[in-house]
Amino acid sequence: MNFAASPVLELTLPVWRSRFLLYFLVTGFGLLLGRAVYLQGLNNDFLQAKGESRYSRVIEIPANRGRILDRNGEALAISTPVKSVWSIPGEAHPGKRQLSQLAALLEMPPAEIEKRLADSGRDFVFLKRQISPEVAERVAALHIPGLFQNREYRRYYPSGDVVAHVLGFTGADDIGQEGVELAFQERLAGKAGSRRVIKDRLGQTVEDVESIKAAQDGGDLTLALDARIQNLAFSQLKAAVAQNKAKAGAVVVLDIDSGELLALANFPTYNPNNRNKLAGAQLRNRAVTDTFEPGSTLKPFTVALALEVGRLRPESVIQIAPGTLSVSGATIRDAHAERALTVAQIIQKSSNVGAAKIALGLPAEAMWEMFRDVGFGEIPGLGFPGEAGGKVRPYRSWKPIEQATMSYGHGISVSLVQLARAYSVFARDGELVPLSLVRVDAPPVGRHVMAPKTASAVRAMLEMVVNRDGTAPRAQIMGYRVAGKTGTAHKQENGAYAPDKYVSSFVGFAPASHPRLVVAVMIDEPSAGRYYGGTVAAPVFAQIMAGALRALDVAPDGPMQPIELPPEGQEVKESV
Amino acid sequence: MARVNLLLLVVLAACALGLVTSQHLSRRYFGELEQEQERSRQLGVEYGQLQLEASTWAVHARVERIAGRQLHMRVPDAKHLHIARPEGAAK
Repeated sequence: MNFAASPVLELTLPVWRSRFLLYFLVTGFGLLLGRAVYLQGLNNDFLQAKGESRYSRVIEIPANRGRILDRNGEALAISTPVKSVWSIPGEAHPGKRQLSQLAALLEMPPAEIEKRLADSGRDFVFLKRQISPEVAERVAALHIPGLFQNREYRRYYPSGDVVAHVLGFTGADDIGQEGVELAFQERLAGKAGSRRVIKDRLGQTVEDVESIKAAQDGGDLTLALDARIQNLAFSQLKAAVAQNKAKAGAVVVLDIDSGELLALANFPTYNPNNRNKLAGAQLRNRAVTDTFEPGSTLKPFTVALALEVGRLRPESVIQIAPGTLSVSGATIRDAHAERALTVAQIIQKSSNVGAAKIALGLPAEAMWEMFRDVGFGEIPGLGFPGEAGGKVRPYRSWKPIEQATMSYGHGISVSLVQLARAYSVFARDGELVPLSLVRVDAPPVGRHVMAPKTASAVRAMLEMVVNRDGTAPRAQIMGYRVAGKTGTAHKQENGAYAPDKYVSSFVGFAPASHPRLVVAVMIDEPSAGRYYGGTVAAPVFAQIMAGALRALDVAPDGPMQPIELPPEGQEVKESV
Repeated sequence: MARVNLLLLVVLAACALGLVTSQHLSRRYFGELEQEQERSRQLGVEYGQLQLEASTWAVHARVERIAGRQLHMRVPDAKHLHIARPEGAAK
């Protein structure tokens, strides 16, 4: 049999068919080859990225927020990691038992959790933020699919309400919102870094590829604050506000040599660790952001000006009989009628008529300049958010009665910090120092605003205020010579002075022979019967000053004799 | 020639194995390093928490309370105070 002759094989196909197939296959192969070359050689980024994503990961390196320390290194604010629990709504379906366990751990009602997990309007939901690491571990141990945890930081304030207003607080994302936390946000905040690593199939890091960004922990901040003095100031203030049934109060302690803020206390206050129910009144940093009419604490500045321009001497006598003075229709009164007082006695007994008479003999412009020179009407520059500058109206618009009332601290407003700073001028021989919230290592350069002779003359007058014949015998401290001035001012309400609402204050420094500290105390609306600065604020001053001087080991410069006080109610009454 | 080739082959095999070993070791050491770094982070956190605890215990208000109420300490009054001045200092 001849196969070649088989009719079956004699089928003849057109040549183009085999050619077509050949070309088709060669073209197809060529295309594939070209694509392969393109993908792997020319444009390989995409595939490489895909490949890398199988094993390389970018992980975040967390950074700590810096601590806030007091001047002796005691920690006032520390951040520590906590966890937050979050989920994608619709993806987590905890069983009944898991749900009740979860609810117990998070201290939330189960219904609330279910509601959040079912909230389809959102892509992301926090179940709870800032839970402790221990609780977070137990939540993780429930193994609820679709429930995730995030690391975040929480700020703790060990001293609680004592330093609340100075420190302020941070929000849930560890960003400063008040006080020092806000003012020094840049310095305190850490910058989280990231790095690329290779992970194996078990999720363990096996190789470090590159550091994308180094993590930077926030810097620690050392405040000028002294925790001992702060605590003392706060506890004395709290006691005084309660005892006098006052609405509020504030204390400022300044270091005269360095201009550092050693303590700043406000009451009412709040606990920064638990800010659930906060009222505006609790949050207010009165000593810095509120201004008030200071009252008689301004008299020394008027007197200093009169001495400075050479119009008067401390022993010059001023007629104040009959105890009232009429200026353009308004009457200025004294609490006690005297015939004549020396300039020094006007300060000692706080005579409004005397101060007004002195002021009326001075040019308005010079008075205005004096107020501006000692820092009134300008932001004191501590660096706190919302610092108040107070109000000193331009002298061109002063009427004689206004000039007279300003001499005893009405018609002008200042903050407690400004007042304390202004008194440091007397204590520093006429120099005004810049204030500082943070510890300073080099003594600051002050600005001369008054002759040293004037400052020391006023110091001597201020020392007379605290003796038996002055308005503030209760400001005396055993073992130290004290100088200071009381202030009792009517509060303004709806544009008029309220007859029964007062602000009592005392500002002073010690030891008088070589002043170290200025303490300013302000009690707002004392309503337990007493309202004079000498009876309400001066005792607080004495307690704080005595404790602070002891804490700082300042050598006594006065007699170590028990202090003799005039019987209650028989002190020299200050003019209000 | 063949001998040299054989020798090179052996050397090559040894190098290859060495590479594998060192790669393995490097990963293991890296793992250990990672763990230690994690531990150092943990210790840092713990340090912060301990600091927090320390300052919570040492809060002045608490110290004062304990000194006054439990230990019955108080500030001495004038009668019990005597100031010692440095020799030669003015009285």
